[in-house]
Amino acid sequence: MTKTAETTSSDTQSRNSQLLAEFKETTGNVRVTEPKMRMDNVNVHYGDNQAIFDVNLDLGKNEVLAMIGPSGCGKSTFLRCMNRMNDTVDSCRVTGSLTLDGEDIYAPEQDVVLLRARVGMVFQKPNPFPKSIYDNVAYGPRIHGLASSKDELDQIVETSLKRASIWNEVKDRLDAPGTGLSGGQQQRLCIARTIAVSPEIILMDEPCSALDPIATASIEELIDELRQNYAIAIVTHSMQQAARVSQRTAYFHLGRLIELGETKKIFTNPSHELTENYITGRFG
Amino acid sequence: MPLSNSLLIILAIALIGFFITRQRAYSIALKNGGVAKLHSLPLYYGYLAGIWALVPALILLACWSAFENTLINSSVLGLAPADLVAQGEDQMALLLNQVQNIAAGSIEASPDDALQARMVARMQSLQGTSLLIKSALAIILAVVGVLWAFKSVNPNYRARIKVEGFVRIAMLLCASVAVLTTVGIVFSVLFESVRFFGKVPISEFMLGTHWSPQTSIREDQVASEGSFGAIPLFLGTLLISAIALIVAVPIGLMSAIYLTEYAKPQVRAFAKPAMEILAGIPTVVYGFFAALTVAPALRGWGESIGLSVSSESALAAGLVMGVMIIPFVSSLSDDVLNAVPQTMRDGSLGLGATKSETIRQVVIPAALPGIVGGVLLAASRAIGETMIVVMAAGLAANMTVNPLEAVTTVTVQIVTLLTGDQEFDSAKTLAAFALGLMLFITTLVLNVIALHVVRKYREQYE
Ligand SMILES: Nc1ncnc2c1ncn2[C@@H]1O[C@H](COP(=O)(O)OP(=O)(O)OP(=O)(O)O)[C@@H](O)[C@H]1O
Ligand SMILES: [Mg+2]
Repeated sequence: MTKTAETTSSDTQSRNSQLLAEFKETTGNVRVTEPKMRMDNVNVHYGDNQAIFDVNLDLGKNEVLAMIGPSGCGKSTFLRCMNRMNDTVDSCRVTGSLTLDGEDIYAPEQDVVLLRARVGMVFQKPNPFPKSIYDNVAYGPRIHGLASSKDELDQIVETSLKRASIWNEVKDRLDAPGTGLSGGQQQRLCIARTIAVSPEIILMDEPCSALDPIATASIEELIDELRQNYAIAIVTHSMQQAARVSQRTAYFHLGRLIELGETKKIFTNPSHELTENYITGRFG
Repeated sequence: MPLSNSLLIILAIALIGFFITRQRAYSIALKNGGVAKLHSLPLYYGYLAGIWALVPALILLACWSAFENTLINSSVLGLAPADLVAQGEDQMALLLNQVQNIAAGSIEASPDDALQARMVARMQSLQGTSLLIKSALAIILAVVGVLWAFKSVNPNYRARIKVEGFVRIAMLLCASVAVLTTVGIVFSVLFESVRFFGKVPISEFMLGTHWSPQTSIREDQVASEGSFGAIPLFLGTLLISAIALIVAVPIGLMSAIYLTEYAKPQVRAFAKPAMEILAGIPTVVYGFFAALTVAPALRGWGESIGLSVSSESALAAGLVMGVMIIPFVSSLSDDVLNAVPQTMRDGSLGLGATKSETIRQVVIPAALPGIVGGVLLAASRAIGETMIVVMAAGLAANMTVNPLEAVTTVTVQIVTLLTGDQEFDSAKTLAAFALGLMLFITTLVLNVIALHVVRKYREQYE
């Protein structure tokens, strides 16, 4: 590494920490007129460690919201608050208000099981069940009683697999174990599994990180199509992907929501310097 | 100088060799510009010196000791006059034994036997010489080994590869000890069983329904012929094991599920070791618990509802044995349930499954191979368990599946067949080997089934 490169990177680093210290509230409008989900003053702690600081954010109906930011900034954590997956982590504490269609999802009378059926999730790492491909997809419809006959279930499985663009690869071996698929196929299987339940919101945590460009393109197409009926929040490390699929983009930095705005604006003309440094690759 | 001293000396040589060779490797490395210039780390050159010192010397000692006795004995016996030799092998062996004992100083020599005195003297002198030569040779070999390793230190010498090769061979030898022992045991049991089947037809043993192994011990004794139908024993074993598993599998599995999925970490930290203590209770204690507490209680209950329960019953033994094997089921299931990755549970919960749906449909299927393994392990424990059955289920070989009656098991019969004064090649004692063989085959089949189940349902997560 040359002398100049080192100086620039450490300069950016100190500049970034300065900016972070000065950070007061999110740049850009965090609200939408018709929110599907509204998050107010969300703070998340893991034990004594705070992972999310005072985040306000709306997820609109029929929109794709991209969440970007450096590794460890809390994107997954925030996403997991939205369907209470963080309940499974003992040390995790969530405060603030999160509402879905106006009802508080952390209210004591809220049934998490129903909530998670409405807010589906695709995880960062593919996690197919050790069952057949068919049973993986049929799992959700079965536990929620979505199909009244075998034919109907077959139909749900087939459409889900088709929409996740994996049907052609697996249609001849629906009885083979889902764990025997390649990493990218597993991830598409997990997407099929999630949409088989027909949730109202789909949370996607880096759904394409294990996919080749062709599969990625088809997933992006799927996201675009799903937007007609669902609201989608997607975490991604690929800025091109965020630019391609999302309408709005949120930039997270060390647990703060720094900036939120129209995707085009964020990528071409960000208002906050931290966002700009990240977009232009000057993150330290 | 006894052998232990020369062993110590060889060990010391190996240690010194290790240090000086490592040191030499260091200095050569420094001369050549750093340890990285050597093929292997200096440590490996040291190990190699140690190996070269120990292994050939020890092999020499072992071989020498294996053959020296035969040579010394034949030389000593050479002193015996022809008329003595003519008295036969047995007499010679007796004489030799005496001489050996006198030479070792464990018995007194008879003062007026000149031949014996000469033989003892020759034996002692030969043994002395042999010890001296073999010690000297071994020590020389050790020194040569060290020198060889020391001399061959150079940057291109591939010491690490040599050491690793040696370690591999050593491990192979250890593995073969286990395998060979098993094979040895199997064959000895097999041969004795074949002898037994020479006396009692295999069909009678396998299909007969009457077990009373009393045979005459002396020729002149009048006794019944004894009958060796093993079915009642197998039935008893099966009955008691089944009762034990019916107790242990649900309780063990449920407690494992509770501990992994529901219990708070504090509860878990206390409950898991507490359950494992169950496995540490000696079976004798379980045995008298079964005989003195459970069996009378069962009889009392049985009488109060009008059932006749014998004071020694399969039920009492089975229940207590079930408690004994709970830890096998629970501890192993607990481990495999814990090994199911959290992401798998997340995937199910994220689809809106409840906790119990997740456990039933995702976690347990994923952990099934391990759980089956645990259950089969528990089953083989139950089949092999003896003490509880002796004390609580009795010795009567009843042909019954009624758990309220006294039954007996294969292991218990093996014990009773072999205790007391027995003639070793009577059908009665040999029957123990046949029973052992059957027991062994049963566990083997159980293991094969277990392996098959595990392979069929094997599921890699991730
Ligand atoms: N289960 C957990 N227990 C304790 N701390 C956690 C846990 N999960 C996440 N954290 C902490 O919370 C912070 C945010 O983590 P998070 O996984 O949300 O980051 P991320 O933005 O998704 O990163 P990446 O892009 O690498 O996935 C990190 O500092 C992490 O160490
Ligand atoms: Mg993440």
